[in-house]
Amino acid sequence: MRLTLHVWRQPGRDAPGRIVEYDAPDISPDLSFLEMLDLVNERLIAKGEDPIAFDHDCREGICGSCGMMINGSAHGPMKLTTACQLHMRTFKDGDEIWVEPWRAKAFPVIWDLVVDRGALDRIIQAGGFISAPTGGAPDGNALPVSKQSADEAMDAAACIGCGACVAACPNASASLFTAAKITHLGVLPQGQPERWRRALAMVKQMDLEGFGGCTLFGECMEACPKGISLDTLMRMNRDYLVAAVREREERAEAGTG
Amino acid sequence: MADLTSRTPSGPLAESWDRHRFEMKLVSPANKRRYHVLVVGSGLAGSSAAASLSELGYGVSCFCFQDSPRRAHSIAAQGGINAAKNYANDGDSVWRLFYDTIKGGDFRAREANVYRLAQISVNIIDQCVAQGVPFAREYGGLLANRSFGGAQVARTFYARGQTGQQLLLGAYQALEKEIARGGVRMYDRHEMLELVVVDGRARGIVTRDLVSGAVEAHVADAVVLATGGYANVFYLSTNAKGCNVTATWRAYTRGAAFGNPCFTQIHPTCIPQAGEHQSKLTLMSESLRNDGRVWVPKRREDCAKAPGDIAEGDRDYFLERKYPSFGNLSPRDIASRAAKEVCDEGRGVGPGGRGVYLDFADPIQRLGEDVIRERYGNLFEMYERITAEDPYHSPMRIYPAAHYTMGGLWVDYNLMSTIPGLHVIGEANFSDHGANRLGASALMQGLADGYFVLPYTIGDYLASAKLAPVAADHAEFRRAIEAVEARTKRLLAIKGRRTVDSFHRELGHLMWEKCGMARNAAGLAQALERIPALRAEFWENVTVPGSGAALNQSLEKAGRVADFLEFAELICRDALHREESCGGHFREEHQTEDGEAKRDDEQFTYVAAWEYAGAGKDPVLRKEPLQFDSVHLATRSYK
Repeated sequence: MRLTLHVWRQPGRDAPGRIVEYDAPDISPDLSFLEMLDLVNERLIAKGEDPIAFDHDCREGICGSCGMMINGSAHGPMKLTTACQLHMRTFKDGDEIWVEPWRAKAFPVIWDLVVDRGALDRIIQAGGFISAPTGGAPDGNALPVSKQSADEAMDAAACIGCGACVAACPNASASLFTAAKITHLGVLPQGQPERWRRALAMVKQMDLEGFGGCTLFGECMEACPKGISLDTLMRMNRDYLVAAVREREERAEAGTG
Repeated sequence: MADLTSRTPSGPLAESWDRHRFEMKLVSPANKRRYHVLVVGSGLAGSSAAASLSELGYGVSCFCFQDSPRRAHSIAAQGGINAAKNYANDGDSVWRLFYDTIKGGDFRAREANVYRLAQISVNIIDQCVAQGVPFAREYGGLLANRSFGGAQVARTFYARGQTGQQLLLGAYQALEKEIARGGVRMYDRHEMLELVVVDGRARGIVTRDLVSGAVEAHVADAVVLATGGYANVFYLSTNAKGCNVTATWRAYTRGAAFGNPCFTQIHPTCIPQAGEHQSKLTLMSESLRNDGRVWVPKRREDCAKAPGDIAEGDRDYFLERKYPSFGNLSPRDIASRAAKEVCDEGRGVGPGGRGVYLDFADPIQRLGEDVIRERYGNLFEMYERITAEDPYHSPMRIYPAAHYTMGGLWVDYNLMSTIPGLHVIGEANFSDHGANRLGASALMQGLADGYFVLPYTIGDYLASAKLAPVAADHAEFRRAIEAVEARTKRLLAIKGRRTVDSFHRELGHLMWEKCGMARNAAGLAQALERIPALRAEFWENVTVPGSGAALNQSLEKAGRVADFLEFAELICRDALHREESCGGHFREEHQTEDGEAKRDDEQFTYVAAWEYAGAGKDPVLRKEPLQFDSVHLATRSYK
């Protein structure tokens, strides 16, 4: 196949960026999208030009490193597929392909297609964990967990933290990412003691990072390579609301007491 | 000369870890905060160690080259994690897991280490459940188990086909909790490029900030390497693209002995290579072999036929034929070699004849497509996405690929290398898997080291060592920074004609052909001649665009490939010296009449620990003899 690529090039966080056109001949349909970029880069280097920088690592759709807008869609046109698992057979000879980084205020561009997703780690730091210091755990079977809960937790825990939900959202909201973690931990009995604190803290951090609010467009779910469900958003909103009310009541009680 | 004392406790095996824990010195709670530990790597071993050390009160800095600690390659482990819980009531025990692991490793691991691993395995499951790892459950709410390659009991815990992901997220979340608390300082997009040794002790590292290019010194009281394995020396492997040998290789050149580098594991169930620009090989979980049946045509002339057109009687279910008691569940090294053998006979299928079928027609007929979809749905989807073939209707094609490295830096029972203060955990060390690792044991070892071994043993070191204060401008740190900067400068100045990837590809091909699934003296000698020539060409003719003062992915790769080009020689040297076949190390000269590995216990029941002797000099081979007091050295048989 012969393709024409239009790729966002930006040599540094504060440098101006622009779209650059590249001719990409002799592309095998069996290549993954990232292998296609590898090949384009090899040719650029041979010509003495700087290769296109992009994040990637496992190349099997699980590490969440890769992510780019491909023809306006996060991770490209195939549903439930990360850029590294997208294969060139999805495209046809002569196609023009536009490749851009995630666009969100909370994800500043570092270089070309590489963005800083540290905000997602900080949302986890705010409360995306169960405090279970090493050593004191009871037997794994001491607390039965219904298969339904375990499955629901696993569905939400499948999030790979790639940021596609943010990139796809017209508001650049990180709600699906945050809700996935709140759901994963919130449906398990082990997650109950910190459930309300977790919802408050994570949502607050999401706002602090400059992500937009959720207005239920649902674009996030469409773009999510792991199929995280919008149901998680309902759970997050409910937990947040309950937590906020509880907090207000606790404060009031403390005030009167 | 480095000290190769294993520090294995004497006395009965079952009591040794308990006794050792009592004998080790403790750091008092008030003093822990005075110590600072660097943890390099944030996979299962690194994250769990960093979080656990911080919980104990130590000051911790943790480093990873990815943009977040959650991306470490442990995340890609699919199948599961072993533990001797005996929840399945099928006769498992700590002793059985210990024995299986020792035997699976072809009797080339330390008894005491492996026994400890089996003991700790049960605590790992408890810890992970408490963190909210969503393990598979039975309808009654209890944890589900399955059997896994090479085991006859169901002791494997799993979270769909994403067990590594869920365990890593558990450890990552514990780490993030400690980062938020201020106990751990996280350095993401930082790569360790030098180890700094002061007065014979590991006292810090030098890193490059991959975004700004800044070269920085980090001083500490102890250094922990949790930097994973080196399977990417084969270029095409199941490892993530960034996996590399740099941290352990730098430590080796500073004096840490390298244990059994030739013990590499080839995984039998990977998607075969499709073309020359392929960048990695994708593993299909070994759990598929629980139901799938492996076969090739009996006759060469049938290989080009569609699999459905080959009659049942014309198929050779070679694993079931050769290993009737383990069949399709034979251990990885055995299954891989058997696949290579039938392909070498010209009976392989798919492009280049490098593939065998993994067929689900029988189980689909017996259990229904829904059951198979429930068990392996995500794997089948992944296969279809990559190959555009539907495995529900035609068999998968699989072929072995480099997957895991049992070799690594030599460590004693305390997981400390031959450099005092340098600890090595997880895949980066050589310790527990001997010459072959059993399925679902890597996750177990990474977490055992990080959660339950290192947090105790590092305290013993810190409490015993009298460490003088060291400043970041100490001569050794300055020297290390200069070395890193000079190397970067040199790589950028070559401006040759070949890309880094082209060198890596050539090296990988050479290693796969001469030092892969089967090795012989002539091939290894050829590799040992070719590698230095390729390395010399690299340093004259590689081209690395860009600068060192900013994000430069070509430069990152160039540094890693430069180290692989040195390290590859050590693997071949080790493989050449080990005149026996054991586990993943198969020397064609040493096999039985029916093609099975032939160990030489008389001569090779030892760990080969290689010591660096200086640039351009042959490394020195040292030996740690292995003693087997509790198990009988048997010939491994899965027939």
